[in-house]
Amino acid sequence: MLLPILFIFFSIAVLGFALLVVTTRNMFHAALFLVGALFGVAALYILLEAEFLAVVQILIYVGAIATLIVFAIMLSRNMMRRDIRAANDQWVEGAVAAVLLFALLVLVLSRASWPTVTAAAPPDAIPGIGKALVSDYVIPFEVASVLLLVGMVGAIIIARERE
Amino acid sequence: MTLAKTLALLSPELVLLAGGLGILLLDMIWKDDEGKKDWLPYLTLVGLGGALAAVIVVWRGLGGGVSALATMLDVDALAMFICLMAVLVAALVVVFSVEFVRGKTPYRGEFYAFLLFAALGIALMAAATNLVLIYISVELLSVTSYVLTGYLRGDAKSNEAAIKYFLYGAIVSAAMLYGMSLFYGITGTTDLRGIAEFFSDPASMSELHWVVFAAMVLLFAGLGFKIAAVPFHQWAPDAYEGAPTPVTAFLSVGPKAAGFAVLLRVLIIGLPQFEADWTALLAAISIVTMTLGNVVAIVQKNIKRMIAYSSIAQAGYILIGLACLGADNYGLQGVLLYLLVYLFANLGLFAVVIAFSNATGSDEIEDYAGLMRRSPWLAAGMVVFFLSLVGIPPTAGFFGKVLIFASAIRTQSYLLAAIGVLNGVISLYYYFNVVRQGFFLPPKEAAPIPAAPELRVALLVCMAVVLGIGVFPQPFIQLAQGVARLLAI
Repeated sequence: MLLPILFIFFSIAVLGFALLVVTTRNMFHAALFLVGALFGVAALYILLEAEFLAVVQILIYVGAIATLIVFAIMLSRNMMRRDIRAANDQWVEGAVAAVLLFALLVLVLSRASWPTVTAAAPPDAIPGIGKALVSDYVIPFEVASVLLLVGMVGAIIIARERE
Repeated sequence: MTLAKTLALLSPELVLLAGGLGILLLDMIWKDDEGKKDWLPYLTLVGLGGALAAVIVVWRGLGGGVSALATMLDVDALAMFICLMAVLVAALVVVFSVEFVRGKTPYRGEFYAFLLFAALGIALMAAATNLVLIYISVELLSVTSYVLTGYLRGDAKSNEAAIKYFLYGAIVSAAMLYGMSLFYGITGTTDLRGIAEFFSDPASMSELHWVVFAAMVLLFAGLGFKIAAVPFHQWAPDAYEGAPTPVTAFLSVGPKAAGFAVLLRVLIIGLPQFEADWTALLAAISIVTMTLGNVVAIVQKNIKRMIAYSSIAQAGYILIGLACLGADNYGLQGVLLYLLVYLFANLGLFAVVIAFSNATGSDEIEDYAGLMRRSPWLAAGMVVFFLSLVGIPPTAGFFGKVLIFASAIRTQSYLLAAIGVLNGVISLYYYFNVVRQGFFLPPKEAAPIPAAPELRVALLVCMAVVLGIGVFPQPFIQLAQGVARLLAI
């Protein structure tokens, strides 16, 4: 009985924080709310018995990415104080489209019978994940590193101060 | 499979990767003032030549077979065909860029390296048979494309194009990822063959029908964005107009070929049981895409925007082939031949546009007035490429269209064929509006338009190929046929 309650609690927390991220007018606050949402997702992973993923989520998303976003906001001129309008003139249309898509997906997804796994998760999945990353998944693993390199070089090209 | 054999099969991708990293390193080592950096585009071409050789060697070594690597990618004729196209596109775009990029950006080396990485993304997309690798390679192509689109940092239009492209791309890629997660949730695997195996049980198929349809639509959001099909096309006109023109040339061909490769692999290998669903979906999208693209192209005043809408329409024609596969994947040979022909016709057209804008700094259609008198070669090339895009003999486009429409007629989709032909007629109007400007209106300036020697070579190559395939189509049709048949087995 505890698990569903926890699940609902963390889901609402994630959704609430996510909503605040996109509605707040202060970029710095948005970054902090994002941290909250990312923590909530990590909690959901733990409920799903995916501890490794939860740790990775906190290390990478909260530890690295959110920190980087906060740095970027603090180092950018005028971004700390200025109020930023988080919606444009088309927010009504956007909201209607989003709600319709959501309703449609809920309708479709709730009617399907999803296959379930009854077996418990293996107690130590980490060695298996490690092995999979350097065997079956070695190609996507390496391509991901190329992707990160390209992203890094691209970010420098776009953001570097002109000489 | 031994490591050496695996690496040999991956050699085209590895050469592209090594080329990209090598260019990045040389760009760092070489000093700006020594003039050595002028060699970077030619070194890039050498790398692409190496990749081309690797593709040919691997393709011949396959002997019609398929080599699956760890359920991640299939090295087969389709992968090699698209990889070949990626190398050709990248090579032509490098040639286009030499004059265009010089002086406009301090980051010349990275530009060429990014083209190689983009080609790598296309090659991987074409071979991937696992949703994980499909997603990562789509992202590799996307991220390189965003950066290339916004490459001219001082140009507000280039910035705007990149921002729009990026925001649009980020959202559809999230939608696509969600669709992929639904497939994983249903089937418990990300391997396309595993997904097909799961659905081979008819009971699971009927129960999950609608979820699969929803997942399919979400997945199509990501791929429709890559091929610029309606309703995921809105980014195209702005991105095409604002991007540096050689990059526009790349965007109009490279991601499209890759998107189609992924689409047909996912549908044919992963979801053969749902053919009735995706056929209907693609037929509907095809009709809207070609009609909207052609109708909106009529009112465009900027030639890059016009080509953007025309390339949306071209994606619509190609979708006909996928929606009318028929027995033995007959429709597929039309798709492949059309992609190949479209590559040369569209890139040739961009050679004209780039030569023109290098000389005059304008992309407006009305400035093309009197092009014939200012540069007969550019004008002649333009006519050939337009004819091919419409599908009029003796150009290659004719056979692309014939095969595509034949597949529609073979599967009795007469409506699709009729709408396709009607759209061809509409496209005649706006293409020949430019030709009318070029041939029958007096020039605003009399100065002849010089073209860099590299551009002239590219223009002649594209013209030769478009006319060559138009006159001797048989070997190319057989090539496409061979690739299509292999995928049917």
